[in-house]
Amino acid sequence: MNINGVEIDATFAEAFPMKATRLIVTSQNMKWATLTAEAMTGFATSVIGCGVEAGIERELDPAETPDGRPGIAMLFFAMGGKTLTKQVETRAGQCGLTAPTSALFAGIPGKDIPLGKNLRFFGDGFQVAKRIGGRRYWRIPVMDGEFLCEEATGVVPAIGGGNFLILAESQPQALAACEAAIEAMRKLPNVIMPFPGGVVRSGSKVGSKYKALSASTNDAFCPTLKGQTRTDLSPEIESVMEIVIDGLTEVDIKQAMKVGIEAACSLGATSGIRRISACNYGGKLGPFLFHLHEILA
Amino acid sequence: MTALTFTLKAPTQQRIDVAPLTPDHLTGKTRDEIGAIPLQTGNRQLRADELFAIEGDDAATIEFRGATAKLDYVGLGLRQGEIHVDGDAGSYAGMQMKGGKLAVTGNVDAYAACEMKNGVFVIGGNAGDFLGAALPGNKKGMAGGVVIVKGNVGDRTGDHMRRGAILIEGDTGAYLGSRMVAGTIAVLGKAGEHIGYAMGRGTLLLAQAPAAIPATFNDCGSHTLGFIPLLLKSFAELETPFAGMSEKLKRVRRYAGDMAALGKGEILVAG
Repeated sequence: MNINGVEIDATFAEAFPMKATRLIVTSQNMKWATLTAEAMTGFATSVIGCGVEAGIERELDPAETPDGRPGIAMLFFAMGGKTLTKQVETRAGQCGLTAPTSALFAGIPGKDIPLGKNLRFFGDGFQVAKRIGGRRYWRIPVMDGEFLCEEATGVVPAIGGGNFLILAESQPQALAACEAAIEAMRKLPNVIMPFPGGVVRSGSKVGSKYKALSASTNDAFCPTLKGQTRTDLSPEIESVMEIVIDGLTEVDIKQAMKVGIEAACSLGATSGIRRISACNYGGKLGPFLFHLHEILA
Repeated sequence: MTALTFTLKAPTQQRIDVAPLTPDHLTGKTRDEIGAIPLQTGNRQLRADELFAIEGDDAATIEFRGATAKLDYVGLGLRQGEIHVDGDAGSYAGMQMKGGKLAVTGNVDAYAACEMKNGVFVIGGNAGDFLGAALPGNKKGMAGGVVIVKGNVGDRTGDHMRRGAILIEGDTGAYLGSRMVAGTIAVLGKAGEHIGYAMGRGTLLLAQAPAAIPATFNDCGSHTLGFIPLLLKSFAELETPFAGMSEKLKRVRRYAGDMAALGKGEILVAG
């Protein structure tokens, strides 16, 4: 398969089941909603070291938010409900409660996990509960006024680890293609690309020569090792970058991969974009397989 | 299917307890069975069809017509369906409601919505004393649902109230929110004296400043509170002007009290 001169590998991305929730933060203006959302979803690129994968899903108009202020929808993904619970609470407490003018709301129905349920004790007895529309909210007095926080947020089954690789003739060209892909993918609902700017350059393989490590650099795709290891790269490839996608459903991930790959390919072989591939572990890791040719068909 | 309609055959001297006439009790019953239901009136019991002309067949929606002002316990413990009263209702309307909708186009007497748990109760006219309160001697008043009053309310509205919302478009009597445990009462008109008397927790949201803030409530200053738009927006599907008043009511002066009781309640005065 070939799009605009870019070769599409006959391979698949391998993804695994996760648990997810959506939170909505609102603030006095979009600037502060963004700052709060960036803090809450910071250091959340990979579950391996961060516990949770999180990102900004989209901006919300005041008409779309529970309290009629500008807001941001964020998605959080973890390997299990327990970790997600801990991470959501910690992040809401350290980055949401602390952020000026912010309010936090559940953004998805599901099995409830605590959001403001325990944060309320920060109110030292001055906190006030309000049951509104069947949901419980906490008004926690803070120095800038009141922190309004929904008691719980819903957890839903989700999928993590959808991905594709962009192989290019140079590092700037690979990055430009990634940027084009991310810009297109960010318009889609129900997905996040958790790595910095949505792009990861350190794709990994399972295992390592060092016993302590469960994953290590994906040497088959490292361009500087072309003559040193069993490479998967042809001579003209100088740089490979990966886009990882977490989504609420298989359809969401497929759609994001399709849109992203098409945006990257739209730059074409003339811009140095030569191949699109995907990361998998031979089908060993996860039950979800996203075949590139099927998605782009 | 048309609403099951009970029209009073003649104005009565005695009050009539219509508690058995709810959708929960009447669904699945034949017209004869419904007509044979004994209703307490004064010191005797009469068959429903002796008192009312009964028409219609959809027991999920019940209507009362005629000189209805002496019908007590309309919608007692209502769980589902709707009850409409075309005119006034007596005391204890909507008492212990657990769901569904009750609408009275006219006035209601004392203890309306007392110990209500859930559902929606719309009062087209005025309400008497102890709206949304606990029964005498009981400690647990209204614990959920929404009561909308288009007119005025009497004294002791929300006495011992624990949860839910009472939205009053007119004026209130004295002791609004007395001994309140939690919940919200919002008032567009004028609030009477001794507002929030012995209030422990809960919110009294007033569109107009009351004649006096009790000495046992302390001024906490003016604030823009985020929960107010959230709360008011939640009434969007109900027949109340409060749903569209977020902008007018979100900036409030907060008075905390009653300091003679627990002191964690609040009177919020718009402006």
